[in-house]
Order: sequence, then C-alpha cells, then structure tokens
Amino acid sequence: MDKFTVLESLVVPLDRANIDTDQIIPQKYLQSIKRTGFGDACFASWRRDPEFVLNQPRYKGARILLARKNFGIGSSREHAPWALRDYGFRAVIAPSFGEIFQNNSLKNGFLPVALTESEVDKLFYDAASFPGFKLIVDLGKQSVSTADGSKSFRFDIDPFRKHCLLNGLDEIGLTLGHADKIRAFEERRRAQYPWYY
Amino acid sequence: MGQTLYDKLWESHLVHVEPDGTALLYIDRHLVHEVTSAQAYEGLTIAGRKPWRVDSVVATADHNTPTTNWNEGMAGVRDPFAKLQIETLDKNMREFGAKVYFPFLDKRQGIVHVIGPEQGATLPGMTVVCGDSHTSTHGAFGCLAHGIGTSEVEHVLATQCLVTKKMKNMRVSVEGALPAGVSAKDVVLAIIGKIGIGGGIGYAIEFAGSTIRAMSMEGRMTVCNMAIEAGARAGMVAVDDTTVDYVRGRPFAPKAPLWDSAVAYWRMLKSDPDAKFDREVTLAAAEIKPHVTWGTAPDMVVAVDDAVPDPDREKDATRREGMERALTYMGLKPRTRMTDIRLDKIFIGSCTNSRIEDLRAAAAVVKGRRIASNIRLAMVVPGSGMVKAQAEKEGLDKVFRDAGFEWREPGCSMCLGMNPDKLDAGERCASTSNRNFEGRQGVGGRTHLVSPAMAAAAAIAGHFVDIRSWR
Repeated sequence: MDKFTVLESLVVPLDRANIDTDQIIPQKYLQSIKRTGFGDACFASWRRDPEFVLNQPRYKGARILLARKNFGIGSSREHAPWALRDYGFRAVIAPSFGEIFQNNSLKNGFLPVALTESEVDKLFYDAASFPGFKLIVDLGKQSVSTADGSKSFRFDIDPFRKHCLLNGLDEIGLTLGHADKIRAFEERRRAQYPWYY
Repeated sequence: MGQTLYDKLWESHLVHVEPDGTALLYIDRHLVHEVTSAQAYEGLTIAGRKPWRVDSVVATADHNTPTTNWNEGMAGVRDPFAKLQIETLDKNMREFGAKVYFPFLDKRQGIVHVIGPEQGATLPGMTVVCGDSHTSTHGAFGCLAHGIGTSEVEHVLATQCLVTKKMKNMRVSVEGALPAGVSAKDVVLAIIGKIGIGGGIGYAIEFAGSTIRAMSMEGRMTVCNMAIEAGARAGMVAVDDTTVDYVRGRPFAPKAPLWDSAVAYWRMLKSDPDAKFDREVTLAAAEIKPHVTWGTAPDMVVAVDDAVPDPDREKDATRREGMERALTYMGLKPRTRMTDIRLDKIFIGSCTNSRIEDLRAAAAVVKGRRIASNIRLAMVVPGSGMVKAQAEKEGLDKVFRDAGFEWREPGCSMCLGMNPDKLDAGERCASTSNRNFEGRQGVGGRTHLVSPAMAAAAAIAGHFVDIRSWR
C-alpha cells in the first residue's frame, strides 16, 4: 500500500450529500479484473456535464475532495477508492462516510477525513471564495489546516489504521503474524461447533 | 449486564484484540462472486499466498451473467468483459478451490444471497462476508453478515479473519400484525424512511418485535438485505423455530447426530432480556402502508397514497438541494400523486425480492390479467435456478408469461445493470430491487423501489396503484 503522511493540495468542493459509490464509479466500469486504470471512470456520469465542479479549470490538479455527509454510501465496490485515487485524489473530507467505503479507502492509501458539519461548512465557504484555496492534511498530527495556518481542525482515526497508512504496511502480513492464534481459535471452534466445518 | 445478539456473535468470533479495540474476527463463510474477487485472487498469487481454508468459500457467478441465451452456453455471454470476469472466476475456482462452486449455467446457480441460505451454506451463528454490500441479507439467520471490499476479500482468503472494530447496537422493533397488502419490503422501506440512509452508520441493527417474528425467512431476508440502505453494514434477526425449520434438510445443513447439538446452540442466538442497545427505534405495523420511492436514495420514500414531496417545504438547504436534484433526475413534479406516476418497465427480481414467496405474491396479482399497453418490458428474474424450478413446478412461469411478462434465467440482472438488462435514459421502472441511485439500472434510468405485489399491480395498471385496493 502507498504511504500517506502529509498532503498539501488544492481542494475541490463537491457540494452534495449522500454521494453513493454508484456515482463515484458507475457499474459499467466494474468489469475490469485489475486494480488500476479507473481514473476516467471517476464520477463518469456527472463529468459529462461541463459545469460539473471537476471540470472547472480552477480546481485542476486538486488532490483533496470536499463533500457533504454520508460520502461513499451504498455498494461495497472497492473500485470507488481506486477510481478516486486513479483520478488523482489522495484524500476526501466530509462529515461522515459509508463504512465499507471508508474501510476500502484506508487499504489503498486513500484517506477519508471526517470533520464536523460546521467545520466542513467553513471549508466549503473558503474553497468557493478563494481561488487557489489549499489545505494541508497531516496524518501524523491528525489535522487539516489552511496553508496560512489560520484554520486548523483535528480529526480522529484508529491508531492501527494510522500506523498502517503512515508506514504503507501490508495488512495481510501483519495479520499472518497472528497465525498461531488463528490456528488455535480455529481448532477450538472446530471441536466445539463441528457443524461449521 | 445481558448481551445483545450482535455482542454474542462478535464475542464468539474474536481471535485477537489490540489495546485500541481493533480486532481480528474469525470468518466462517466467505461468499465469492465474479465482480469483486478477481483482483483478490491475483493479489494472493502475486504475494505467493494460499487461501487459509478453501472450505469456507462458496462461489457463484451472478452479477454480470445474462438472463437470456443460456441455450448457447458461454457464447450467450455477448459482453467480452463480462465473459472475461466469469472465466476468471472459473479459473480461480479450478486453481484455488472452494467448498462448492455454482458456475454460470449450473442449475443451482443464482444470486449469491439467495443461494447461500437456499443451500444451507448460511447457518445460524456464522460470520458471513462477501464482496457485496447486500451480504447483510444473511443476518436473517442470526448471523453476523456484512459486505467487504476486494482488499478485505483477499485478507479473508489469506487469513480467515477480518481486521475490524466493534459496531454499536441498534434495535429496530416492529410490533403488531401487518395490514393486508403490506409486505416485508414495505416494512424495511418504512424503517429506512424513518432513520435515513445514514441513520445506521456505525451500528449493527437487530430487527425485532412481533411483526418480524411473524415473518417467513424470505421476509426476514428482505428486511436484513436493506439494512445497508439505512447505512448499517449488518442487520440481523434472532433465531427461532422459523429459522430452524428453514435450515433443516438443506444440502449443506448439519445432519444427525450433529443436528440436535447445532440447534441447541442456535437457540441461544438471541438478545438477553436485559441487553442494552445504544439506540432503539420502534414502528407500529398497523401504521405501515405500501411504500414507493420517489427520489434517488432509498430514504426518499412515501406511502403509495401520498404524493411526491415539495422541496419548498424543506428548511435544511443541503436536503432541499438534494430533493430538487432528485426530482429533476426523476422527471417528477412536487405534489404529484404517487398513483399518477406512469411506468415504462417492470423488474421483479434481485437479492431483495426474487425468492419463491416474492414470485408467488407477484403471480397472485397478475393471474388472469395482461400488462398495460404502455409497459415496454415487464420481466421476472428468479433469484436462483432452484427458485426458478420451484416456480415452474407451481406454474408461476405460465401465469407471468400469459400476462405478458418475460420469464428469465436467474442472476442480479437489472438491479444493477451490469448485464444486458438495463433501463434506457429517461425510462421509468417499478423495481423490487434495493437501490434507486442515479443510473443504478442504466444511465439516465429512473427507478422506483416497491414490493413484488406493488410492482406486479403497476405492470397491469401501467401506473402505481395501492395494492390494498386491488381486486
């Protein structure tokens, strides 16, 4: 997995709530058997509208997406964070996330940052008001700050997920470090509840 | 203090817990399909890893398989990308193995969430995962079941565990007898309408109360299936006689002498009377009416005797904009009576409503009638080959065909439009599926979620009708 440490970037304000993963990547792009190459598929339906925020030149090159609550609800397709990542994003800031999307993102070096609704409101105002508006997402400090330091918000993340992201760790390798425990658990379960085996 | 059903399922599968609460949770059943597994098997190969326990894997191809042309075999799969995914799953099954694989064209093939329970591969007390968000369906059996992403599919294949944290407990209690014409689908749409699509985020939901107790396993599966549409990854129902009676005799269910001890254990899978829930929600069955969605999220839903809501009456700006956007996409005007909405297509199927009970309910409505002239296509897609065979044994296929419906082969079909079954732009569909998101059933398609009986009645009338007044 790619490491995530500090990211400084332009911010795209996508002012919608309840953005489901069918919008992030429509179903017709799910037929690949690879993990990469989904950049063109990212918000493919919405991008056909020339006015859509991702088509506006002022946000070109942005690597941080700003959205409203329940971002990434719906389908479990991991193609959603793959598409966002392949498009160029490395982080999304929103008040809340679909849980499966959140898990999938964290396994791909793509960071979902949950701030409060009022903090997100402030960032939407700034991103719309100031051309070239940038944010710094610092995973180590668990903070989102404006480039001039005038605003700084703290976010929560599980210590384990943070550790994996900061170091780009392979989670399967870590889990297999507990192989003896898994084996012991399995033997106990097989003896106690043999009908599951 | 007493434990909830979820607490019991969680605790009985804990392998290891870190100080911050991050846990390794043991997985009993891993359901695999063609769209979310290829990259996981490739990942195993690249890392030189083997599946931990192939006996936990039950696999099928369902998402992009066609529902026509089965007589042509693999040549009937016209889409080369779909064909590659199906063949990749075939290859991975040959290479890595599984407890059982129901490939494309097998008579037991079907939607992964229909065949798991049908085959007895889903058993009470299991942890069940699948690279599909509607895995919550299996919670109907007193399982902890939820969707995972492809990286997690690979993780479970390699380690038999998930890295996860405990969710909070929510109980949704529905009490009383359902009015005639009101089904499990209407119950779950009412629940989603009440708590919202984000209301269940962070929770495992237990569905309880006399209404749920009185439901068949098919009904309970419909309810648990859509827990994810309220944001909750997992929905579940406690084990009772209905559960045990359903499981008994299924191909992969335990046999004597294990059966009795299995049942004795399963009967403990319910919340203790003094268990504490972080959130409680209650609904009265008598107040639930047939439901129809009007917008582009499952919580944009009203009773069939109601009208499309007016965004001008919504005070919250983000919500109002969402409503306006949804109405534009759906081509609907505020205050339109739901029964005045005319349809182009009818879809009866999906992991929500494609089981035998659903097909019986729809067939009872259409029997001896014809679909309306404005309906371009009405299709029934059974959830599995076994459901299809049972329906044909009962003559339901003839009832549907005589009414002008197409009787198709099993699969996910138009629920997500990955196979040729799609809506064209602007087409309006009464669908028994689970998601009405923009473009879900085809680019520009407009989806209204309803129960099987409501979809059937809409096919005959050409517009939504209140099934309670159907004669």
